[in-house]
Amino acid sequence: MAFLEIKGLFKRFGKVEVLKGIDLDLELGGFLVLVGPSGCGKSTLLSAIAGLDTISEGEIRIDGQVVNDLRPSKRDIAMVFQSYALYPNMTVAENIAFGMEMRGVPKPERDAAVERVAATLQMGHLLSRKPSQLSGGQRQRVAMGRALVRDPRVFLFDEPLSNLDAKLRVDMRTEIKKLHQSTGKTIVYVTHDQIEAMTLATKIAVLRDGALQQVGTPAEVYNRPANLFVADFMGSPSMNLLTSRVVAHNGGTALELPRPNEAAILLRMPPNVAPGAVQVGQEVIVGIRPEAITDPDGADRNSPLVEIVEAHVDVVEPAGSDTYVVTQASGKEVIARMRSDADVRPGSRIPFAFDLNKAVLFNPESRQRIG
Amino acid sequence: MSGRVETSMAGTGSSASRIVIYGLLLLFAVIFLTPLFVMLITSFKTLDEIRDGNMLSLPQSPTIAPWLSAWGSACIGLTCGGIKGYFANSIEMVVPAVAISTLLGSLNGYVLTKFRFPGHKIIFALMLFACFIPFQAVLIPVARVLGMVGLGNSILGLILVHVVYGLGFTTLFFRNYYEAFPTELIRAAQIDGAGFFQIFRRILLPASGPIIIVTVIFQFTNIWNDFLFGSSFASGDGVPMTVALNNLVNTSTGVKEYNVDMAAAMIAALPTLLVYVVAGRYFVRGLMAGAVKG
Repeated sequence: MAFLEIKGLFKRFGKVEVLKGIDLDLELGGFLVLVGPSGCGKSTLLSAIAGLDTISEGEIRIDGQVVNDLRPSKRDIAMVFQSYALYPNMTVAENIAFGMEMRGVPKPERDAAVERVAATLQMGHLLSRKPSQLSGGQRQRVAMGRALVRDPRVFLFDEPLSNLDAKLRVDMRTEIKKLHQSTGKTIVYVTHDQIEAMTLATKIAVLRDGALQQVGTPAEVYNRPANLFVADFMGSPSMNLLTSRVVAHNGGTALELPRPNEAAILLRMPPNVAPGAVQVGQEVIVGIRPEAITDPDGADRNSPLVEIVEAHVDVVEPAGSDTYVVTQASGKEVIARMRSDADVRPGSRIPFAFDLNKAVLFNPESRQRIG
Repeated sequence: MSGRVETSMAGTGSSASRIVIYGLLLLFAVIFLTPLFVMLITSFKTLDEIRDGNMLSLPQSPTIAPWLSAWGSACIGLTCGGIKGYFANSIEMVVPAVAISTLLGSLNGYVLTKFRFPGHKIIFALMLFACFIPFQAVLIPVARVLGMVGLGNSILGLILVHVVYGLGFTTLFFRNYYEAFPTELIRAAQIDGAGFFQIFRRILLPASGPIIIVTVIFQFTNIWNDFLFGSSFASGDGVPMTVALNNLVNTSTGVKEYNVDMAAAMIAALPTLLVYVVAGRYFVRGLMAGAVKG
């Protein structure tokens, strides 16, 4: 049985439905990331799990126990807030110990617990400072310490890294991942940053307008997005989504991508698409990630189907480790990711290797994945 | 702030416009301070000197006798015990009234911003309304109510009236201040297991210093200086300082002792002056903190 279970959860503010029937579960020790654009309801969902917001309908269980009507302090959870929410009038040690103090833990025990957490997070030297005397990264650490010291059943993180600068964010991300691996705690984590979601999660839930779009492992969500929204939201640069037509080709089927002033690109049907799932003449949207379009030498040798296509290079964007190459198809820019030492010049014609094993098809009307 | 004003002045104005500005400021300062100056010097003069001399001249033979008389032996109505008893009345009224209205205002502000309930906006609007009701309009109803609950003609009744009347303002101050207080802190404390009053006492109050000072100054000044309620709902030996001062000055029997009147007026004004001098610099700061977010 799952450790954290959410069933048929609705949240309404007056007439506005913020959460529209969420069903989710998470196993013990799992790391669930709720991701989506701002206003998708992910923070509301987290508040509902924390008990800071009431829910309109549905059920939340932790370890089999229904917690709907339990107050936040009785749910045995700890939360790290976006603004860290450190009590400004208390020292770091007092901040960390406040929860225990409220629950009547005797002082010697509190002090020992604070020492232990401070040692884990290497912030013993900060204990007597006030939050205003700390840097952003240190505050973040204290906020995590305050959550850790509770030793709760579930940790909740509400965009904990979004107030940090880029470098520190990457460092703290690794730190959180390490923390999860070493403590094996169950974590629910909210972010709008899909890279954070990919790197941290054991399970990703993509939300949009209060409804779940897809739930799965990072690999599933990334490689087999359930619909066009997920395909476009996850990954950077985002997936190439190209309108094409299914045509008959050499006794099988192929995808035709029209190009200006030259013959259309013909790609054989991706092997992941079940036979009969698409008909000749049908319009589909091909989703193919930039890293699945490479120079021929950089193509995956184990892939069962790589299609080499000559195309015109519009723009070249060197990004250090890779070079992004832009060409045109289906009236849109197609971004390919090539090795940084590939010899590419704007205006030239070069071969592009399409790894169709990694391509997915979407129905343009329902916007759902086909097959 | 002041730095920016100064540099912009230096950029636009010549030294001539500077002189005009400072000259005007000085002139107004003198106009405003002259009555205070006259009060002060008159309170140290003998009666003879007041009759003979110039109003603005410094005392020739300074004496504190008028102050002693005002404090301990001047005749107010039929008793000649000075204003000290009435001073005590005012203190007895002001201290609890300020403390209670400030405390209730902060609790109101806390609930109206951090524990919102359906209709909180209407409740706040109604409380704000209290700030705009003229005192005179409620005199008779208040007198009726005080009489009915048996608090007519008592310091306790005055405290009640001032607390009720002050609530609109104190709630406004605290609500605006707490509006800018991060709600995530309250939520963090809830998860930590703190209750309603624990959050208030441990998280919110320690961060409320500036607004408490603003409210205390505002309430202290208003209640101390109140004349209307004091003269309406108290009588005899129970009246506050302001009413006693009026009675002293308006005595129609005997010689008019201007120096004693001035000394009594100075004594009446001292507490509010003191509060401003001690806490005044927080006043503007606190008002800004309440008005501007962050």
